[in-house]
Amino acid sequence: MIVPALSRRRILQIATAAAAVIPLLPAEEAQAAILQTRATMEAWADTMVPGERRYAGDKVVLGATPGPGAVQAGAWKLYNDPDVGLGPLLPALAALIDTEAITYAAGHGKVVLGFVELTFKERTAVAQKLLGGPPGPVQLVWYALAAMPILAFHTAGHLDTATAVRDGHPGLTWLGFPQPDDDGIWRFPDFSYRRALARTHPRTTATGHPA
Amino acid sequence: MSLTEKTDVLVIGSGFGGAIPAYNLAAGGAKVTILERGPELGAADFTQSLEIGGYTRIVDLIQGNGIQVVAGNCVGGSSVVYFAASLRAPSFVFNRRGSTDHRLWPRAISRRTLDPWYDRVEETLPVAHQTWDDVPYAGGLFAAACRNAGHTCNPVPLAVDLDRCTNCNWMLNGCRFDAKRSMLLNYLPAARAHGAEVRPLHEVQLITKALTPGYRYQVDYTVVNPNDYRIPAGVGSIEAKIVIVAAGTMGTPVILRRSAATLGKIPGAVGKYFSPNGDRVSMAVMDERRIRDVLRLEREPGVAYDAFPIGKPIGSMSYDYLNGQLPEFERFGLQQIYFPAITNILPEDGTPGAPDWFGVDKKLLAKKWRSWLTLLALTEDDNEGKWGALPPTGNFIRVASSAVISSLSYHPNAHTLRGFAASDAALRAIVEKDGLGQHLDWTGGQPVLSAHPLASCRMGDDPATSALTADHQLRGHPGLFVTDGSAVPTSLTVNPSLTIAALAERASPGIAAAARAVGISVVGDVPPPGR
Ligand SMILES: Cc1cc2nc3c(=O)[nH]c(=O)nc-3n(C[C@H](O)[C@H](O)[C@H](O)COP(=O)(O)OP(=O)(O)OC[C@H]3O[C@@H](n4cnc5c(N)ncnc54)[C@H](O)[C@@H]3O)c2cc1C
Repeated sequence: MIVPALSRRRILQIATAAAAVIPLLPAEEAQAAILQTRATMEAWADTMVPGERRYAGDKVVLGATPGPGAVQAGAWKLYNDPDVGLGPLLPALAALIDTEAITYAAGHGKVVLGFVELTFKERTAVAQKLLGGPPGPVQLVWYALAAMPILAFHTAGHLDTATAVRDGHPGLTWLGFPQPDDDGIWRFPDFSYRRALARTHPRTTATGHPA
Repeated sequence: MSLTEKTDVLVIGSGFGGAIPAYNLAAGGAKVTILERGPELGAADFTQSLEIGGYTRIVDLIQGNGIQVVAGNCVGGSSVVYFAASLRAPSFVFNRRGSTDHRLWPRAISRRTLDPWYDRVEETLPVAHQTWDDVPYAGGLFAAACRNAGHTCNPVPLAVDLDRCTNCNWMLNGCRFDAKRSMLLNYLPAARAHGAEVRPLHEVQLITKALTPGYRYQVDYTVVNPNDYRIPAGVGSIEAKIVIVAAGTMGTPVILRRSAATLGKIPGAVGKYFSPNGDRVSMAVMDERRIRDVLRLEREPGVAYDAFPIGKPIGSMSYDYLNGQLPEFERFGLQQIYFPAITNILPEDGTPGAPDWFGVDKKLLAKKWRSWLTLLALTEDDNEGKWGALPPTGNFIRVASSAVISSLSYHPNAHTLRGFAASDAALRAIVEKDGLGQHLDWTGGQPVLSAHPLASCRMGDDPATSALTADHQLRGHPGLFVTDGSAVPTSLTVNPSLTIAALAERASPGIAAAARAVGISVVGDVPPPGR
């Protein structure tokens, strides 16, 4: 194995140190480090909710399914949302994902520099490994990283929902999220079959409760 | 005499458990002060949006070990964000023993003795009785599936003004139409009308013994920054003759355990015997064609269902397994309930092979979102949960706006798992009969998800396994009462709010008597708000 087996804690320390160094780097290298973080995190997001390639040769979004996925839905914005609070940790977490990817690839006789270079199947295997760890704080962090792209796609969590639905947000559109009224408010005047669809329980009390 | 601020009755938390005794004692004549950790919002502030930073200011998603809990964080507590299903617990619940050899509820409490208090709460909120005309499509579909499988199914009583309700399905965000009858519309304004004071953004940390003669307890709080609850904006203390702890099941045991050092010994049952109300969430992805052909449902020409996001979240429920003749752990309520898309991480994708809850197949499941039918089985658990290390402040460690980490751990034992398996099988038999749909587990998170945390500071007759006497007083601490969900001894097989409320009503005259005993001029027999 190319990468020695490091403890999760040690990796996190190294990654945090690496992240802390970013502001000290010359502008171009800092930019490259941020781009690397974004590529890794978006590749992770694409593993959670896969999307079609945005352009020919897209290396981040791999096109595992037709239709847009979490990246198109705004996963990167949600990762960086101040109310989510993950932003400052992203370089460290991306570095951890990359390390895991390098280890995984090495175990399969392959040399890669990061998560982005894996196939969709390999990315999925790495994500499963990270998400399948024992319960505890580390596992919760991975869970949060999985939740954000899913929230970006299923809820447009970084946007006002009425605006997002009207603007055709890719995830909400995929779900068939209903359109609000003209004033941006949801109301459903037609909401019921208006038919007795079952017999009620014989021992129901006069006010509708179980006995 | 110390310069510390003083009140007669100090109430911690403004949900059902806090607002109800606050009203009764204020109406009876006592000076009442309510400290509430969350902000105060009203109809004009509530949004219909899933944008993080909006609803997350009033709802906490609490991560424990083996469990996730959802709870309110605002004036009115969880009643502001809840789904308003208002059900009385069936009679057999009060005789539950769990895996112990004794009745877990105090002998003084049964369905019959609680019924007058349920009546009073139903009149006050008030609770409306849905007819089938009021039950949204999803509830109708579940009812029709129950009938198809030989089961009965009932419309669920709701604390909702059905004429005002727009069936918008945004209850989690707080009701912008003031149709949901939360504490903001009944007990809290009535308490204020009698002089009670509510202080939002006041997070209680500690209860100690008061120094001023005649005052029993001192309550220490932190004022929190409205934009970031992690940042303190001040501190203070109040001395009181009577303290009512109603910080909710996720708060009360933590505050009391932290206070053990300053109050002296507290009962060993505090922080133990947590119950997630036996909540077992799952769903079905329904087949539109089978709904039309087998159930003969059509909501518009050519459309059978396709209506998951429409309506009030809770429409219908089968009481068939709420049968006292069945053995304990095999009785459960089966309910149709809408979960907003923020929980879409949880369902498994319904195909064999990993991954279960993310990736390609999960995205394909999302394409059928409008044909989902989410389901809740309310089973009998065995109170297996307990709290671990105390957080430095508050009830848990807040990592982001609504994301918090608690030391609560919950791992269902064989009894509870038996109930889960039985209720899963019952739901599967209903939704899969005649190919109506496919039943799916919720696997993408902690094993248990609950919006109904209970017990952890429970009442009972046995001092070894209960923290409170039947009058809600903390054993060994006169004048210190607990009236929220944490006092409820066991899971209820129905949604808990009406029972929490009825118990809080029932406790109030006794608290008034205790107040009189320490010289407060207060009557115990007051009419319900608005009468
Ligand atoms: C999304 C959702 C849907 C639900 N739907 C239903 C339903 O349909 N039917 C039903 O019966 N039940 C439902 N419930 C459950 C129900 O809302 C609760 O069981 C009930 O409201 C609990 O009342 P409580 O008084 O025990 O606690 P809460 O209402 O949670 O009140 C506790 C209060 O104390 C405050 N607090 C906490 N810690 C402190 C502190 N340290 N200092 C000061 N204040 C503090 C909290 O902010 C909160 O306002 C739902 C819950 C949720 C979250």
